[in-house]
This record gives sequence, C-alpha cells and structure tokens, in this order.
Amino acid sequence: MTLRSPPLSEAHEAADARFTDFGGWEMPVEFASIREEHAAVRSSAGKFDVSHMGQVAVFGSDAAALTQRLTTNDVTALDYGEAQYGAITDEDGVMLDDTVVYRLPETEHDDFLFVPNAGHDGEMTERWEDHCEEWGLDAAVTNRTTEYAMIAIQGPDAPELLAEQTNANLGELDRFDIGGGAVAGVSSLVARTGYTGERGFEILCPSESAVTVWNAIECQPCGLGARDTLRLEMGFLLSGQDFHPEDEPRNPYEAGIGRTVKLDTEFVGRDALERVDAEGVSEKLVGVELIDRGIPRHGYEVESPDGDPLGHVTSGTMSPTLGEPIALAYLPVEYSEPDRSVRVVVRGEPKKARTRTPPFLDR
Amino acid sequence: MSFDVPEDRRYLESHEWVRPDDGTARVGITDFAQDELGDVVFVELPDEGEDVTAGEEFGVVESIKAVSDIYAPVSGTVAAVNERLFDEPELVNEDPFGDGWMLEIELTDEDELEDLLSPDEYADQIA
Repeated sequence: MTLRSPPLSEAHEAADARFTDFGGWEMPVEFASIREEHAAVRSSAGKFDVSHMGQVAVFGSDAAALTQRLTTNDVTALDYGEAQYGAITDEDGVMLDDTVVYRLPETEHDDFLFVPNAGHDGEMTERWEDHCEEWGLDAAVTNRTTEYAMIAIQGPDAPELLAEQTNANLGELDRFDIGGGAVAGVSSLVARTGYTGERGFEILCPSESAVTVWNAIECQPCGLGARDTLRLEMGFLLSGQDFHPEDEPRNPYEAGIGRTVKLDTEFVGRDALERVDAEGVSEKLVGVELIDRGIPRHGYEVESPDGDPLGHVTSGTMSPTLGEPIALAYLPVEYSEPDRSVRVVVRGEPKKARTRTPPFLDR
Repeated sequence: MSFDVPEDRRYLESHEWVRPDDGTARVGITDFAQDELGDVVFVELPDEGEDVTAGEEFGVVESIKAVSDIYAPVSGTVAAVNERLFDEPELVNEDPFGDGWMLEIELTDEDELEDLLSPDEYADQIA
C-alpha cells in the first residue's frame, strides 16, 4: 500500500527528519533527537506536523444531531468556537476511536469538524454518512483530511511565538476554543488544543499553504517520537495501542475517559455504557512506574508480586522529563489505587514496579 | 551523513565493534548504530566472569523508541563491564567508540577476529 504523505513532506526531508509509517502515513518520527524535542516542548516550544490526523466536516441543519448520536460527549453543549473531547463507540460501547469535535466559528461554512486518528478518516466519514442516511437526517459529511494541514505549536512559549505570526486574538481563546485568523498571512483556524499537556495551539490551514505557516513559526520541529513520550507523561491515550476495537477492545470507563460519556444523551453504545456504568468495570487503565532497572514496553505482562498474571502494558517508555520508566496497563480495578506493588515482566524477568495515577507529570 | 569508522578495530554486520588488545578485546556498538537507535536510555550487560559466544547476543540496548539485542563479535569470558553505562547510558550516543564501550572480553580464540569485517568493509556496508 502506498503511504500517504503530509503536505509538509518536502520540508521535513529538507530538515533531515527520519520517517515512520503511522496509520498509513509517512510521518516524521524524529528531527533532532526525541529527548531534545521533548525537552523543547516542556521548557520552551516545539512544532508538530499533525496533518495525519483526520479532518471530517459536518454541515447542515442536523449536523449537531448526527454528531451527537455518534460520539459519547454532549455535542449540543458546544457553542460556536468551542471544542470537546469524546469517544466514538460501537453498539457494545467499545471505543472505535477518540476524537476532538470542534463547533466551528459562526462564519465558517461547515458547522462541525471532528478529528479522527490517523488512518481513520475514511472509515469515520463513511460511518457518519451511513448513519445520516439510516436515520434520515439532513447533514452533509465531507472528508477534508487532504484539504487541511494541521500544525501543533506546544509549550510555555507557544502563545508568544504564535502571537507574532497571527492576527487571531489568542488571549480570547480559552482551552478547547477555536477561532478564525490569519497565521503568517494564511487564512486558518486556530484552536487552543493539543496533546502534550503544555499550553499550545493547533492550526488548521489549507494544505497548499502549510509550508508558509510551518516556516513562519520558529521553534524546534518535533516528530511523532516526542509526541508519544509527551502524551504518555500526561496519561493521554494512543489510538490503536491503548485501545483498538479488535486487539484491545475497551470502553471509555476502562480507558479512563468516562468523563466524556454523557449518558443523558442518545448515542450508539449508550445503553451498553449505561450498564457498564451501573455495574462498574473489572479492569482499568492504570499508570505503572518501574522501580527496578528496565523499560516497560507495549505488550509486556504485568503480574502480582506473587507472580499471578494481572494484565499487560499498552504503552511504556523512559520518561524524558522524569527520568523514570513509566507505562500504562490494563489491570484489575483494585490496582487503580496508587502505590500498589506489581511486577512488569521485562524479557522474562519480573521487575518491581508500583501503580500510579496518571498523569505522571503535573500540568 | 557520514559516520566514524575507526581503523583500529573490526566490525560485525549487526553494528558492534571490537578492538583487540593483547589477548583481550573491548566491545561496543558503532556510531552508525547509536545514531539509528536514537537516545539510548538503558543498557543491559552480562556480569563479569560470564562467558559470551561469537555471534550470540550478550545484552540489550534500548533507546526511547527501540529495543535492540547486542551480539558478541568474539567468544570469551567477560573481564570487565562498563558500569558507568547503567547510570549514564547516554555515553553510548555521545562517545560510542570511547566512553560508551560495553565489555572487555578475554578471548578464547583470537582467530575469530579474522572472520569480522574490516573498517573498509563495514564502511561500505553503512554507506
């Protein structure tokens, strides 16, 4: 299969980035070094090309009703220029994806824009279209993934850096707000969202102008490697790894995002999730910190101090900020309390570890 | 990008180097290997006195993004371990042919060195 390339591909090649296949996209994984890029975001600022994230627009009188019935959060609570995080679940309440739903500023043609994960844009567009038809709703769904580039500027210096290049009133943007504005002269949407735990913004601009925006914002370019270590320090989920409809079928309560499930709304999976909410979950995504030397990795077994199997690591790394090996793992719910002793089996050797409550980093 | 390939040692296709010195040999991974791995954050090595066999794995080096086995270029007994790497694994990135060395091996068969790649052969491999 041919990999999809982001509109900034040539700029990344010129910057000597290393690339990786991620969700069917050939994306930069590293520019300088993951450690340097990670540190830049935590201490000053970094820019990420996140054009591999899907952009699906929903327009029409039933745009809100359609999106409401396909996501777990309450879309109708969104005012113009506001966004929310939510999950997309099947009838059984299993997470197919997680997403940010933007209700666009009133001046935009499209009413809503939601951002599925890399490689899910086609499938989610179809899901919206099929249900729109099935339910007889009045909405048009357009996959705008190739039209838009998405650039994230993250870090304590991000507001100042972006302010130099935009006429958007950044001071008026609260967390999860989105507004219109020009960035480096390019008509864009600017949202105060991101996935690093730092202050920051995500810019949606036309693909053909992506290079202008990217070059105008002068800070450390960062790849998917640093994005992964930054999100993991915050305990944020990675689609396909911390949940996956076939390989790791999980509901939002197990995955620790039960707050995004609004049971007083109607959506696919609601009844199943109501039952889960009433009965409680038996396993939860728990933070784990290794005490012994070693690095917990995806798939490693987690066991009790007596050697009884408990679960497995879904994401793990050496935290560049903390200098500690950290992980997320689905464990029996009684292990969701911090400081429970567990072991992570690293290449056949059980290593001492303890549970922690994410985020691993205070932000 | 060009990588250092010092003339005073021999190499494995799997990117380890060995520098023989009077019956013993120092072992590490190459400049190319550390660059490919990225930020090294963990190194697992055998204890002193353990035996290693040419071509077989003797340890593990982990970067933030990857886990790689390390293979012994020669057979023998581990005479010294670079314990600095346990607290400063970044030495593998900073100085792979110097302070980032991993083991010293007392050789059981010096002829094994002849089976390894010359600096020119290794430089061709990574070119």
